[in-house]
Amino acid sequence: MGVPQDAARPSFGMHATGSRNGREPAQEEQAPEPELLPAEAVVDLAAARREAGIDEVLGSLDAELVGLEPVKTRIAEIAALLLIDRVRARFGVTAQQPTLHMCFTGNPGTGKTTVAMRMAELLHRLGYLRRGHLVSVTRDDLVGQYVGHTAPKTKEVIKRAMGGVLFIDEAYYLYKVENERDYGGEAIEILLQVMENNRDDLVVILAGYAERMDEFFAANPGMQSRIAHHITFPDYTVGELAQIGELMTEALGYRFSPDAQEVFRRYLDKRVGQPWFANARSVRNAVERARLRQARRLLEQPDPRVDLAALTTIEPDDLLASRVFGAASDGPSPGSGGVGASIRTGHGRLGER
Amino acid sequence: MRITQGTFSYLPDLTDEEITAQIQYALGNGWPLSVEFTDDPHPRNTYWEMWGLPMFDLADAAGVLMEVNACRTAHPDKYVKLNAYDARLGRQTTALSFIVQRPAHEPGFRLERQETSDRQIRYTTHSYATERPTGDRYRQG
Repeated sequence: MGVPQDAARPSFGMHATGSRNGREPAQEEQAPEPELLPAEAVVDLAAARREAGIDEVLGSLDAELVGLEPVKTRIAEIAALLLIDRVRARFGVTAQQPTLHMCFTGNPGTGKTTVAMRMAELLHRLGYLRRGHLVSVTRDDLVGQYVGHTAPKTKEVIKRAMGGVLFIDEAYYLYKVENERDYGGEAIEILLQVMENNRDDLVVILAGYAERMDEFFAANPGMQSRIAHHITFPDYTVGELAQIGELMTEALGYRFSPDAQEVFRRYLDKRVGQPWFANARSVRNAVERARLRQARRLLEQPDPRVDLAALTTIEPDDLLASRVFGAASDGPSPGSGGVGASIRTGHGRLGER
Repeated sequence: MRITQGTFSYLPDLTDEEITAQIQYALGNGWPLSVEFTDDPHPRNTYWEMWGLPMFDLADAAGVLMEVNACRTAHPDKYVKLNAYDARLGRQTTALSFIVQRPAHEPGFRLERQETSDRQIRYTTHSYATERPTGDRYRQG
């Protein structure tokens, strides 16, 4: 650190040396402008695809997310468009950056947040986003509590999301139709402005339940038209839910015994029709409760010695104890036995959400 | 007279791309940035006015540049600078600070001599800009 010898000429400039060195490579990078391809050149799209690593992301999307066909199709389309845009740019054909603001609608637990996270990564790989991080917010993070509080708050969130994806969960809460003096309108206004002006800096993804989002868009027509992609997340079928359950148990280091697999399917069949069903989230909760019951069963069994198989296997009893089986057939169900009865009377109400 | 305060002040003014690269360098080091402005260019004036709060948890330079541009629009004839603060224990100081806008015309300074006891001379620098009231200092003509 050089001490300024002369007050009128501070030597701050000297400190630049380190940073300037850091800057020079960036300039050199810019120097060789990518040469435009001649009109008769041929580009191998497969190679461009490999380079961008799209297949990896789409592949993991396919492997880790069960079902969701319409969503996957749309994501593949967007990926293809961005790739083609990149190749076109190499020929010197440039179009305006496509608008990629999206709206995810679907019932609870259909994977909206998970897909948004993947989207950020995918868009980063395709060179649309510079950083590819996801900033997940709700109404609380955007709307202030008093006059003049909302704008700085919203802007701060937007600045944090720049270069990545701004994911607004339960976006319909932003606007409250019944309260004219609600500050949510201000947040929406700022969002709209940024969505229009900083299109290449960030992607806004709104998420919410279908009916509520329809009301939201009806009250904010400007928002509706600025969002190019409205993606609907369908409910899962029982088969898909069973598959999800298996992926989840695997991730937790458990597995269903063959009998339990069959019981789990029956459980899902019943659960789907019941109130408060939240797709994959309900499956996760069911798996969590099966874990609890399994642990309790192992502790209460007469023989206190266990092996790895016992520790990692979920048996039919762990599932049959669920209130779901009890509710469908009045009275205790055949397989559930005493444990099921005690759980039903004990904390059954809390358990089955 | 071009005033030289902060990093890069002996270089030609940075372009927006160069500023973006510097912001990204600061963010890459985990330094939050803040925008400040003033119309009193005296080197000993360390109290510049803050343009909003310092910006924490940013990943991309676009957000900072947005604030810089907002400040430039609101104060087209003032000095605007960017500060990057290194909060690491043991440093805890401004790590990088550079001017991103200056008035079109900078009137400069004069040296004032004051004779005191025993024919000693005291020196001070006087900024011509401060002869006009604040808010009116860099008006052309």
